[in-house]
Amino acid sequence: MNISIKSVLFASALAFASPALAQGTAPNGMPLADTQTFVYRVLDEHSSVDPQIVEDVSGSEIVRDLFEGLYNQDADGNLVPGVALSHTVSDDKLTYTFTLRPEAVWSDGTPVTAGDFVYGWRRLADPETASPYQWFVDVMGLANAGPVMAGEMPTEELGVKAIDDHTLEVTLAGPLPYFPLTTTHASTFPSPKWVIDEFGADWTKPENIVSNGAYVLTEHVPQERSVRTRNETYWDNENTIINEVTALVINDVNVALTRYLAGELDRTEVPAGQYPSLKEEYPDQALSFPRLCNYYFNFNLSDMGPEATQDVRVRQALSYAVNRDVIVDNVLQGGQSPAYTFTPSATANFEVPTVDYATWTQEERNAKAVELMAEAGYGPDNPLSVTYLYNTDENHKKIAIAVAQMWKQTLGVDVTLENQEWQTFLETRGNHDFQIARGAWCGDYNEASTFLDLVQSGSGYNDAAYNNAEVDQLLAEAKTAEDPQANYTRVEEILADEMPVIPIYHYAGVYMMSPGISGSWPVQNVEQNWYSKDLYKVATE
Amino acid sequence: MTNIPLNPQQPKTAQMAERMTEVKGRSLWADARTRFLRNKAAMVSVFVLVFVALFAFFGQFLSPWDNETIDWNVLGNVARVGQPSLENGHYFGFDDSGRDLYNRVVQGTQISLMVGIVGSLIAVIVGTIYGAVAGFVGGRVDSAMMRFVDIAMSIPYMFVLILLLVVFGRSISMLFVGIGLIAWLDMSRIVRGQTLSIKNKEFIEAAVATGVPTFTIIRRHIVPNLLGVVVVYATLLVPQMILTESFISFLGLGVQEPLTSLGALISEGTATMSYGTLWQLFFPLGFFVITIFSFFFIGDGLRDALDPKDR
Amino acid sequence: MPAALCLPDGGPFMLSFIFRRIAVAIPTLLVLLIISFLMMQTAPGGPFNSERPLPPQVLANIEAKYGLDQPMWKQLTDYVAGIVTQFDFGPSYKYKDRTVNDIIAQGFPVTLTYGTISFIVAILVGGALGIAAAIKQNSWLDYLAVGFTIGAQVLPNFVMAPILILVFTLMLGWLPGGGWNGGQWNHVIMPVIALSTSYMASIARLTRSSMLEVLRSNFIRTARAKGLPDRTIIWRHALKPTLLPVVSYLGPAFVGMVTGSFIIDSIFSTGGIGYFYVNAAFNRDYAVMMGLTILLGSMTILFNMVVDILYAWIDPKIRL
Repeated sequence: MNISIKSVLFASALAFASPALAQGTAPNGMPLADTQTFVYRVLDEHSSVDPQIVEDVSGSEIVRDLFEGLYNQDADGNLVPGVALSHTVSDDKLTYTFTLRPEAVWSDGTPVTAGDFVYGWRRLADPETASPYQWFVDVMGLANAGPVMAGEMPTEELGVKAIDDHTLEVTLAGPLPYFPLTTTHASTFPSPKWVIDEFGADWTKPENIVSNGAYVLTEHVPQERSVRTRNETYWDNENTIINEVTALVINDVNVALTRYLAGELDRTEVPAGQYPSLKEEYPDQALSFPRLCNYYFNFNLSDMGPEATQDVRVRQALSYAVNRDVIVDNVLQGGQSPAYTFTPSATANFEVPTVDYATWTQEERNAKAVELMAEAGYGPDNPLSVTYLYNTDENHKKIAIAVAQMWKQTLGVDVTLENQEWQTFLETRGNHDFQIARGAWCGDYNEASTFLDLVQSGSGYNDAAYNNAEVDQLLAEAKTAEDPQANYTRVEEILADEMPVIPIYHYAGVYMMSPGISGSWPVQNVEQNWYSKDLYKVATE
Repeated sequence: MTNIPLNPQQPKTAQMAERMTEVKGRSLWADARTRFLRNKAAMVSVFVLVFVALFAFFGQFLSPWDNETIDWNVLGNVARVGQPSLENGHYFGFDDSGRDLYNRVVQGTQISLMVGIVGSLIAVIVGTIYGAVAGFVGGRVDSAMMRFVDIAMSIPYMFVLILLLVVFGRSISMLFVGIGLIAWLDMSRIVRGQTLSIKNKEFIEAAVATGVPTFTIIRRHIVPNLLGVVVVYATLLVPQMILTESFISFLGLGVQEPLTSLGALISEGTATMSYGTLWQLFFPLGFFVITIFSFFFIGDGLRDALDPKDR
Repeated sequence: MPAALCLPDGGPFMLSFIFRRIAVAIPTLLVLLIISFLMMQTAPGGPFNSERPLPPQVLANIEAKYGLDQPMWKQLTDYVAGIVTQFDFGPSYKYKDRTVNDIIAQGFPVTLTYGTISFIVAILVGGALGIAAAIKQNSWLDYLAVGFTIGAQVLPNFVMAPILILVFTLMLGWLPGGGWNGGQWNHVIMPVIALSTSYMASIARLTRSSMLEVLRSNFIRTARAKGLPDRTIIWRHALKPTLLPVVSYLGPAFVGMVTGSFIIDSIFSTGGIGYFYVNAAFNRDYAVMMGLTILLGSMTILFNMVVDILYAWIDPKIRL
């Protein structure tokens, strides 16, 4: 806790001390390019740019540029001051008092006040707003979050209030060490009440929107592009280098790459399997860095699941027979890391426990798998048949094809692949109407519990329907523990033992980035919370 | 909609349907055969199609590999070591997942041919029965049935097909039914027009007069006389079915892995075409093109052969 | 075709024809609406599902906001009432900053623009190609035209579109690889090529065979015998009968082009309604799906009617 405050104050001091940038020089001392624009590809149209309504990644990226919350993240994912300069915590760790920046104003000139945050947070919690992220007030641990969300208490009772225009007081229901981290989430950003009152649902249209971030929305053509330009009223405007940011919707990843190579984009995703050859041809443009996401297969341990995979030996055998190195090195080829634990190694303050099967060679794993299958009573004369469920997507398909063959070639398992379109897939998996199904999770915050909570028996995201009292208890204890690492290690060991899910790999962000911009990309930020205001384009010949 | 023309052949076929009314006598079939045998493009197409069909159903016996086994040494390095080669038996090289492309094309051609033929069969059967009944019964029934066709024609079909696959899940049979459903409407209109003109012929009137039941007349007299137009239309329908399936595959709603179709293979080949594995596009596209070419030419040839006025 | 075009009880007046068509169109649209509504409702999943399922409380709030907690018949009648009274097609559940009206207002002009241009290009080029091939039958021009048309007809446009981008954007650098940019000419070219080619090919094939047939007919032979110059024969006498079968194809072709193309919108990022439509089906974005169904259904009915009228105008023998 203290560490967090210190780091905030320290970073704040640094920001204060850094001299205004000399004209035409990037923060790293290189000369800046003449035109400072950033054009990037997004897969699909964003859901919304309303901070309390947005629910997707590409929408949140835009919202982080348009609005500014209490804290921002720096290139390494540490907290740095946003609208809040600093905060203090009461002795009982229940009351946080934030001091807001007096010079912050909205793009229409109105000062940003504590009341705007109070309005935004109440709006988030209000059932009438129907925010898909309403539950986030619960994650933040705000006092009275539950009753307010249920509509049983007026939103005024939510644990947040404005002491004066520049002092925000937050009351939590219980101590929550990572509370300040949650204030970088888009749904906690302030909203301009007067604009929302005037325009209603239309307030996010470019002609109406008023925002307090480094950029303002100037153009939005659904399914084509959205453009945001420098906000001249932003308090740190003079340190903003990129003038205009454009998100282009390009559905096809291969077409996007073609257009990148034609010079139309500054950033695009690399299609699966193409990273090595692109890296060879464009060493300064192909980037790969770890992300805070995992990819795994769920066994169905509910009553509806098949009998065969209720047997732990079968689950272990199937897991051991998956050659993760082949998946990451030959299928995806984008610098992903093979996964033997559920939690990615990139997670902050998390030390990856050594689970046995991670240390074996694949031959050893295969041999062990064959042995276990025989023990469980499956063999050439009684082959196991399983169905693997995944949703329509090129990468999921490639992984499914490869794993099916690994199981078949190593264990003689008869695998049926079942590919469903997204909504049907979610329904089928949610109803536990599968044998083995794909799963993936990206961390909500940079701490191991965001992943491990998934295997808690009560979790709504526990698709495997895994139920282990010891795991539940270890995770409950970890919530308030001073150092939860021991608990996490134990949970991972239990998972490796009982194998309710098969961890396959941990994500990497794999991008082509134009040589001018790539140097400023926050590759160390595993959550990939990037801010256009921190980017810059250096001159390249 | 997609811009795959659902019925580019329809008007010509319709015209032909008109003209078929003038066709009389037994010698027609003999004449037609002679004319068809003289049509070089159509005859070549017949041979090509036979070759494609043999390839699709027996091609796997020429290869030591199958359509699903991954060669782990090739996976991830297809552009460098996955080229077509006669020496190692991978005649068409490898697909992007390190599987033998020859066997995948064989099996994909099989599915595409089946979708094309079964789909048009459904369209032809439903359309013929519907049109013949409407045309022969006539009056209010005809009016109501044709109004229904008019209504159904204003439905954006490609989306209904997508919805069908979404709602009822993906399966080959759903694909057959869905694709067949798109095409029966035109068929029914053509058959109805045709029936109307046959209806007034003496032999039908004689049958009616002797008290033969309506459906027996339709089955015994009307339908056989419609055969010519139906065959032509069906031939021209097959390529459209195959094209439609390729679009469905592009959307990811096609057949389940490890099965594939030409459309799915082409879609995959297109995705990787700029990464040095062009053969993944060329082989399936080649078979796709020659198959559709052949059907077009055979359809054209049949129409010309059965239509004495033309040429 | 004419048999189908003549309504059994066809009256002589175009007005009454139009009136009857519209009278049929409204129940048709209603049936269409109900079918698509029921299909959407039976489809597994819902508009608010995601990898991370929403807590039940949150889901309930959202469903209440959009009225999805109401019984099905109520949802449907409310929806129809909204359309009839306020011309309001409802909100998008997926793109929450937009209503269906917004999506149509933004996407339909795009689709209409590139669709109409494609249509004109297809007719002009396809027609010219077909006529030229027929006049010079069995010349190299003819073979070239036939080869091109069949080739163009069988090349799926999800193959052609990326190839166009590869060639014109990456290799030659002549055209932007996508986007619409308010319909700037250089953004329109590739979508038009990709969309019009297969129609162009069909039109060329139809025109060619129709022209060949007309040129062999008795009245042309008579004209030839009278010593009229070829040019006069073709333009004055042969053209109109040649176009008859082509016109009946133009209806479906025009509808096909202006009702949007998923592939064009998806590969060229044009922002037309084709993409929204297919995506709405995948996203279970009920209101968007139904709004676009009504729009596309109306377009289909309208253009089919226009074609029938046009057909009657070209060939007065056909009664409406």
